[in-house]
Amino acid sequence: MSENQNPNTSQDVTTSTGTAGHPERFSDPGVPEHRPRLTDTDPKANKRSERIIVLLFALSCLGAIASLVAYFTVRPDGTTDQTRLSTLLLGVTMAISLLGIGIAAIHWAKALMSDHEHVDERHELRSTPEVREVAVKHLTDGVEDSGIGRRGVLKGAAVSALALFPLTFAVPLISSVGGDWNISKFRHTIWTSGKRLAYDPTGRPIKAADLTVGSVAHVIPEESEEYMASHEWITEKAKAVVLLVRLNPEDIRSDQSPEGETWSYDGIVAYSKICTHVGCPVALYEQQTHHLLCPCHQSTFDMADGAKVVFGPANRPLPQLPIAVDDEGYLVAQDDFAEPVGPSYWERLK
Amino acid sequence: MSTETASNTGAPTTPVGKAADYLDQRTSIGVAVKEFARKVFPDHWSFMLGEMALFSFVVLLLSGVFLTMFFDPSMALVEYHGAGPETMQGQLMSTAFASTLDLSFDVRGGLLMRQIHHWAALVFMASIVVHMMRVFFTGAFRKPREINWLVGTVLLILGLLAGFSGYSLPDDVLSGNGLRITDGVIKSIPVIGSYMSYMVFGGEFPGEHIIPRLFTIHILLVPALILALIGLHLFLMVLHKHTQYPGGGRTDKNVVGYPLFPVYVAKMGGNFFIVFGILALMGATMSINNVWNYGPYDPSPVGAGAQPDWYMLFLEGSLRLMPGAGTEWVIFGYTLSLNVLIPAVVIPGLLFTFLFAYPFIEAKVTGDKREHHVLDRPRNVPVRTGLGVAFLTAFIILALAGSNDLIATHFAMSLNQITWAFRILFFVGPVFAFWVTKRICLSLQRKDRELVLHGHETGRIVRFANGEYIEVHRPLDEQERWLRVNYDAHRPLEIEPATDARGVKRRGYKSDKRWQKLSRFFYEDRVEPVTPAELAAAHSHGEHDEIAPAAHTSEVTSGTDTVDRER
Repeated sequence: MSENQNPNTSQDVTTSTGTAGHPERFSDPGVPEHRPRLTDTDPKANKRSERIIVLLFALSCLGAIASLVAYFTVRPDGTTDQTRLSTLLLGVTMAISLLGIGIAAIHWAKALMSDHEHVDERHELRSTPEVREVAVKHLTDGVEDSGIGRRGVLKGAAVSALALFPLTFAVPLISSVGGDWNISKFRHTIWTSGKRLAYDPTGRPIKAADLTVGSVAHVIPEESEEYMASHEWITEKAKAVVLLVRLNPEDIRSDQSPEGETWSYDGIVAYSKICTHVGCPVALYEQQTHHLLCPCHQSTFDMADGAKVVFGPANRPLPQLPIAVDDEGYLVAQDDFAEPVGPSYWERLK
Repeated sequence: MSTETASNTGAPTTPVGKAADYLDQRTSIGVAVKEFARKVFPDHWSFMLGEMALFSFVVLLLSGVFLTMFFDPSMALVEYHGAGPETMQGQLMSTAFASTLDLSFDVRGGLLMRQIHHWAALVFMASIVVHMMRVFFTGAFRKPREINWLVGTVLLILGLLAGFSGYSLPDDVLSGNGLRITDGVIKSIPVIGSYMSYMVFGGEFPGEHIIPRLFTIHILLVPALILALIGLHLFLMVLHKHTQYPGGGRTDKNVVGYPLFPVYVAKMGGNFFIVFGILALMGATMSINNVWNYGPYDPSPVGAGAQPDWYMLFLEGSLRLMPGAGTEWVIFGYTLSLNVLIPAVVIPGLLFTFLFAYPFIEAKVTGDKREHHVLDRPRNVPVRTGLGVAFLTAFIILALAGSNDLIATHFAMSLNQITWAFRILFFVGPVFAFWVTKRICLSLQRKDRELVLHGHETGRIVRFANGEYIEVHRPLDEQERWLRVNYDAHRPLEIEPATDARGVKRRGYKSDKRWQKLSRFFYEDRVEPVTPAELAAAHSHGEHDEIAPAAHTSEVTSGTDTVDRER
């Protein structure tokens, strides 16, 4: 495959004509002859192109004026439609004023400006040996003048100072940029023993009796209204959200309750809604298969089988929230999750 | 003194002349004008792709300044009562989201500027990618332009960063979930991941620092770096003088084209207005990122069928394709999530390493230290072209995998099967694309040889006295032929033997041998350009079995039996 020539052909070359007399390579035919455009030869076409360009610039002026008219006549009144209309008119008129200039300029360049090609020489980028010699001499002279070669202690002192000074900037920045750096917060959520499960986003507590078999609920812990208007809440909610499903108790093949404990209640199971892959809220529940799908990267969890991963990039099951029912029939948490929720991190099991 | 000099050279009399004189006496601008005004630039449509990137960046700066006047990058929570849509009234949201609503609905032209800004960002990234493709496939990254290729690749990464940081600013549900994915990816980094997450968010996700931080990154840090590097990119471009496509009279020692003033001033200026005009048209007619439909960020809801901006799709697809089972390892009690680390850190790392390293690898296996200013036709370097297409194929497969849910719903197919298909395609596709592209390149080169040797088919059939039919071929003119024969078919590196004349083992032989292997991969299969001797042979070959009519002596004819066949 290395050579493409047909060996017969090349033999032909040597026998019939011989390579002698033929140069090794073709020679450059030089820049192609200039071919005049219609506007170069026909004064009428030339004049016509000029008129078109003038017209395009005029169109641009009109576009700009129309844009001002649109600005003053179409006032947004808060409706989406009016905002859209204003956007459309302002944008289209702006586009006309811009495209008019752009197309005119390019037509001008292509039709009327000289299209004779010029040739410039290139020069090798490296500097000449003389220049290099002088440059090196300047540097060696400079080093000599500074005396850095002879003064070892001075060199060391200068290098140390330069190495240390960035710390004065970096230490205060880095120590503060991560807040309190307390990464053990990943481990805990605001679920505590006896905290009621509530509907997201209304915050209304959930009665076990209200849930029919097959129903799904997006769940948050019950909190005060003031707390739910704070930043802290958003950060805590990002870990605490739970997806609750009531299954037919016979359908449940397994859950995550350890020996001697029951983490579900009468077919009701609650799992963390934060995907164990990279943390998207897992929100698409398929009633027939009991599968829960993460819409971000399609990790699929089986709610009837301890939220085990059945497909996709997640590796671990969603952690289960142990639940029970209080005296008034409301669902409550038995405790916090037994393991950190959400994506894996280096110290997760430490 | 000065009056004397002025009178010697003839004092300027016109106002323009006076102004120029004033300026020149203070800045010696005359030198710059003399140097640059008529500087020659070669002409080709593909040279404007980089310009498009530059001009969409200018549009980004202009529309961005407009937006910063009204956007408030604060995460303070407010109950919304403003000009925005009915559904948003009374909702608890961050000030950043509220000000995004207000600047869309209350500020006339605000929504237009937001949409122009977003479209310009998409076009900016697209033109960078297409510009890089032009540079890659034509070999414009070769000496002396390797450093400028590196600058360009850094610009690509900065573009990604600018896009990502800007996209997240409105603090809506969609971008909030994007940030959450970012948080998950950061946490997967071994040893320092958890602390890096704290560093980015100023505490636990989402916290109350991320929007102001992204704002500073988006409007100060990244644009300043981009501007500085664009400056360097253009400075090097002017210093090197632009590359030119091969053709008659174009060599590595000259540059053939039109003068900067007035031709390129008009063309580039015109191109700027056209880019801006089209972006304005897009902003006016195509709505994008209607954040009021998504609502303010809340950690609980998530949209199905959500997509990041197109340039982030490959990362999303990479995350989706990685199988999770068995890929999370626990080592001495520490968790290593390869199911996140590989697709989100290792794969993009490899892709960018390829981009950074390629010019140096190619120079090494070519053993070529010359300056190159005449571009390659992509077919003439089949392995480079093949590798480029393989790279793009991998990128496109990942991007498509990032839309696997939409493909599934639009074409009513199984999501799991699509994911499996993409998993396999990710490995098979690039190899296949490489092979096909390389074969096409070699075939095109052979087609070039055939054209040079035998000319164009004319469709004129001639019958000889003995009853043989042939088709008359018209030989190529000089310019056409020159385009097809003017290239180097590089050969694999030749290295010195393992031992010298006295049988002493040579140091560095093993490394040389490895490079030679790679060089063989590049240049083992090649098609040599036609030499004048071959052409002459083809002519005589064609002629001695033909009784050519006297009127057509200039035409070369060949029967099918003389067509060059490949081994």
